[in-house]
Amino acid sequence: MQGRGTGICLPADIDTDIIIAGRYLRTKDYDVWATHVFEDLDPSLAPHLKGAVIVAGKNFGCGSSREQAALALREAGVVAVIAPSFARIFFRNAINIGLPLIESDLTCEEGSTIEFDLSGGWVESGGKRYTICPLSSRMQEILMAGGLVQYWRARR
Amino acid sequence: MSTLSERILGASAGEYVDRNVDRAYAHDGTGVLALEAWKNMGENRLGKNTRYYIQFDHIAPANNSTTAALQHDLRDFAKKSSMHFSDVGCGICHQLMGEGMVLPGEIVVGADSHSVTMGAFGAFATGVGATDMASIWLTGETWFRVPESIGINLTGRLTGAAEAKDLALAYIGKLGTDGATYDALEFVGDGVHYLSMDERLVLANLSVEAGAKTGLFYADDVTIRFLKEHGHDVSCQEPESCIYKQELDFDLNNIVPLVAVPHRVDTVKPVDAVAGVPIDQVFVGTCTNGRYSDLARFARLIRGRKVAVRTIVVPASASILEKAIRTGVLADIVSAGCTIGTPGCGPCLGYHMGVLGEGEVCLSTANRNFKNRMGVGGEIYLGSVATAAASALQGEITSPEAG
Repeated sequence: MQGRGTGICLPADIDTDIIIAGRYLRTKDYDVWATHVFEDLDPSLAPHLKGAVIVAGKNFGCGSSREQAALALREAGVVAVIAPSFARIFFRNAINIGLPLIESDLTCEEGSTIEFDLSGGWVESGGKRYTICPLSSRMQEILMAGGLVQYWRARR
Repeated sequence: MSTLSERILGASAGEYVDRNVDRAYAHDGTGVLALEAWKNMGENRLGKNTRYYIQFDHIAPANNSTTAALQHDLRDFAKKSSMHFSDVGCGICHQLMGEGMVLPGEIVVGADSHSVTMGAFGAFATGVGATDMASIWLTGETWFRVPESIGINLTGRLTGAAEAKDLALAYIGKLGTDGATYDALEFVGDGVHYLSMDERLVLANLSVEAGAKTGLFYADDVTIRFLKEHGHDVSCQEPESCIYKQELDFDLNNIVPLVAVPHRVDTVKPVDAVAGVPIDQVFVGTCTNGRYSDLARFARLIRGRKVAVRTIVVPASASILEKAIRTGVLADIVSAGCTIGTPGCGPCLGYHMGVLGEGEVCLSTANRNFKNRMGVGGEIYLGSVATAAASALQGEITSPEAG
């Protein structure tokens, strides 16, 4: 799987409450999540996420198991999230809904073009190529299928 | 020689395995999306070798008609599919599972991050999100990466006003919020035998706040006695010598009352360091500290006096509420000026009750103090039941050892 996007830099320990606040969870309207993503971090951020590759510090997605956090990023147009580590439930959730996560120590430059090739095992930013920690074979299969729902639909 | 995680999952750390899930549970928060994902998976079936549970605890009772309609559909599904269903007021999913549902050696998965709580019974218990839960509904199985383990060696006994909550904050302060990411915690050492089941549940519950996949206790006499009271005959799990990737030692005699200050669970200080901070609300409850022993301790500390700030007490389950009524604990709490909420998660998540206003401060016995979690602009200090009682009486953060 390959992709590219514009780098948006975020700090470490971004929790799922900050990605999408509890007050917006009681709905199945995906637009609500896309509109209010990161509202408590930076209310102006949501419109800039279309085509973005988020480059965050360690432990991205810690806290609650709310899958709406991963869905909010996907629905807002985020192409992928890169971080040195992810909280484990968020890690599974993102792959399960088809949002690529990349474990890598990438130096973030705001607005730079970031390219990645998951099967090739690299991510590139500012002319520099970084290796990435590969996903497990199961996670790769789920991601390639477009998510866990599609994975099971293909196996009916 | 294996860790308990390796023993239960039947493979070595680092290996990926597919395993049948013995018990799978979801609540009204995650269940709604899980139901949608399960329907979209396109097959109307449930795993045959898994016991399924749905508990309504997050927004219970419903706060508005949108929530009520979402809950209606999930309730309907739970009943038609013959899942074990616990409606509004029964209590918090983790507490209900912990009232004799989970046995040592089982694999337990909940669609909630605090499902790690069930590790207190010697079960491999972890949290997932909605789509993973839908997949477990469909097949009864899921994949795991067998975790490396961190040993938390406990010696001595808790003394004075110190509680298991203070010990939990102590180990999170040491590990940091990602110190155990992808790993399991194992609580071992002579000190474990002096910890009650309720205290073990607190320690396992908080393990996810250090990023852990689960927090495990080996089943011993305390576990066996507890489960016997709930009609189960089980055996001890004997620890083997094994290799931990990291070990932390805690002498319980040295644990003092602690708080996690806004907005991180790993920013931990002695209560004395923040004593005098004015508070607007005290909250006693949740899957961390809403059990009968918590309510009884709180009642004992405030009995015959009046709280100085609004104080919300939410029993973790209906059976806890019933026992608190029967023993007079509830009367003591209400007479002191506190109010009682429906058994469930209560104000912890800032969804529907006990929400904080801008600039308000809450001393809470819960497990998360993230920015805005209980309301936009609110600040949350996490502490023990005794710290909550002392602070409620003074209207400011107060050490239970003061005066």
